[in-house]
Amino acid sequence: MKVSRLFLGVAAASLVASAAYADTLSDVQAKGFLQCGVSTGVAGFAFTDDAGNWQGFDPAVCQAVAAAIFGDASKTKYTPTTGKTRFEALKSGEIDMLARNTTWTYSRDVDLKLSFTGINYYDGQGFMVPKGLGVSSAKELDGASVCIQTGTTTELNLADFFRTNNMSYEPVPIETNAEARQNYQAGRCDVYTTDASGLAATRATFENPADHVILPEIISKEPLGPLVRHGDDNWADLVRWTLNVLIIAEELGVTQDNVMEMAKGTDNPEINRMLGAEGSYGDMLGLPADWAVHAIKAGGNYGEIFARFIGTETDIGLERGLNELWTKGGLIYAPPFR
Amino acid sequence: MSEQTVEQKYAPGTHPSLPPPVADRGAIKWVRENLFSSPTNIVLTLLSIYLLYAIIPPLVDWMLINSVFDAGSRNECWEKGSGACWAIVVVRFDQFVYGFYPEEERWRVILAFLLLIAALVPILYDKTPFRKLGLVFSGVYPIIAYFLLWGGLGLAHVESAKFGGFMLTLTIGVTGIVASLPLGILLALGRRSDLLILRVICVCFIEFIRGVPLITLLFVASTLLNYFLPPGTYFDLLLRVLIMVTLFSAAYIAEVVRGGLQAIPKGQTEAAQALGLSYWKNMGLIILPQALKISIPGIVNTFIGLYKDTTLVVIIGLLDPIGLSQAVLADSKWQGLSTEIYVFIALFFFVSCFAMSRYSIYLEKKLETGHKR
Repeated sequence: MKVSRLFLGVAAASLVASAAYADTLSDVQAKGFLQCGVSTGVAGFAFTDDAGNWQGFDPAVCQAVAAAIFGDASKTKYTPTTGKTRFEALKSGEIDMLARNTTWTYSRDVDLKLSFTGINYYDGQGFMVPKGLGVSSAKELDGASVCIQTGTTTELNLADFFRTNNMSYEPVPIETNAEARQNYQAGRCDVYTTDASGLAATRATFENPADHVILPEIISKEPLGPLVRHGDDNWADLVRWTLNVLIIAEELGVTQDNVMEMAKGTDNPEINRMLGAEGSYGDMLGLPADWAVHAIKAGGNYGEIFARFIGTETDIGLERGLNELWTKGGLIYAPPFR
Repeated sequence: MSEQTVEQKYAPGTHPSLPPPVADRGAIKWVRENLFSSPTNIVLTLLSIYLLYAIIPPLVDWMLINSVFDAGSRNECWEKGSGACWAIVVVRFDQFVYGFYPEEERWRVILAFLLLIAALVPILYDKTPFRKLGLVFSGVYPIIAYFLLWGGLGLAHVESAKFGGFMLTLTIGVTGIVASLPLGILLALGRRSDLLILRVICVCFIEFIRGVPLITLLFVASTLLNYFLPPGTYFDLLLRVLIMVTLFSAAYIAEVVRGGLQAIPKGQTEAAQALGLSYWKNMGLIILPQALKISIPGIVNTFIGLYKDTTLVVIIGLLDPIGLSQAVLADSKWQGLSTEIYVFIALFFFVSCFAMSRYSIYLEKKLETGHKR
């Protein structure tokens, strides 16, 4: 068997030595693409389209970063990561950034030595019940049977919530979202609980989505955002400000369609600074002056990306809610571009 | 009464044999003997018929009659028919087969697959014409396949990250199977060797690998190795997985082969030694041919297990068909259709595993030399 030679061949081909991680931007520019860690599939947030390309709310952040660096969103390569491999992939340098439904927590930030570069989705654990149950608040769920994914923080949150409200429940342990959907639809549990975005996505797959309600109570904080590893603040700044630019663009009404027009100069000095018509803000990041133009051009501003992949127009059908701009009563807020 | 026929007379012993009574021949006899021979049997038969009646019409209805093959999204599917939405499999077929392999390079995957069949035939069937030439080709096939799949020699380079779907399953499965058999045989021989150090090494290796779940080894491959390798080195993830899967399966093969080796009476070795055969000749000509023959069911069993275990790579983020189905179903156009995809994947695995098991039966029959145990 010549398999050993095969191995040697592959080994030689794949032993790619890269320089130290200190200057991620130069590394990325040298290799010519951005290596982005995504999830292996979360409805609307990361999926493969009919042509086999990664799309979704999370890959859109990567595409914006790649566009900011190269002026070309397609210079992104994706590494599907699971909940168990994502942080190792980032820390070992296999990927340059991670955009994968990852909750910003103290221990991940401090102990795992990762830098969260912002929040692109405020999620939280919610409850879904059939309308026929006649329940309008989670406080009325005493004695209910609850479908719950085992081994997750949602399980702990659920226990806490029922204990603090002095209620009892009967857990129905399940492994995956697909399993939960079947159990819930078969009536084996009265309530399904997981992140609100997941509930909405699950409900969208029902034949009669209107027969089910998502209760108003959100019992946990799950701020999701892109992250990079410790040790390269310039790189963290680049990712952070790419996300910020998308948010500011929505706030100031810069869209995918009008960004080229606006880049020529407007009456609004902040837009001019951001799009490179005024000052030399690109230089500060080591990027061309029109980096933000490309980032916005790639997939549109934050609101456009939201609407395209998970908004009410899509089958996922998520309301903006907390993820509305601060000017409209939500939490999405970016520091000023100056 | 008057129309009664006249009975023909026969001399004693010359009457031709009459056919058996209606109830004792043909289909009726078979049904009576096999389906309604006892009260228990009658109940079971009726129950089975009822179950078939309850299951088959809805299944045919779901899979064929009301199913939809041509649609652009789940909603379109549901409008067109109430059955299975095979459109998702049709639309995403290429993705399930090739993963993310670049479209213009996919002929290389097809060619590699066809050559794989060409390379397997001379190994599997000893009546193949030009078998010796074929075996030489089988020997160099791994090198050809490597260059075809990963590129080189003028072909564009395709990185392992682009591998996915059934081609990933086949790459891992076939490499694991092909590489682990010789390695496993060597380990089995090493474990029964008289050389102390060699034996200890083999025993430790086999027991360690068998004592650790494959998932753990895959995690080691995907995460822990990064700590051992020099910083900044990037060692292809697929290659790491291939090595781990091969080692894992080799340890199991070694134990199966050892079982075969131990079943061969000591007299065989002694006779070979008396004839003055060296250790390798003894093993190659006398012991292994007999031992491997006994081990065939166990070896094929291990192979089938390994082949199905390749789906575990989804846990470390390699997108085999199961992993891809997750990514595909996350598309809001298609979400909620898991059954169709799982049926499709199950069919693929069934066909490949069934083929392996039939070949093993064929091989057992061919090598049957009358030593029934």
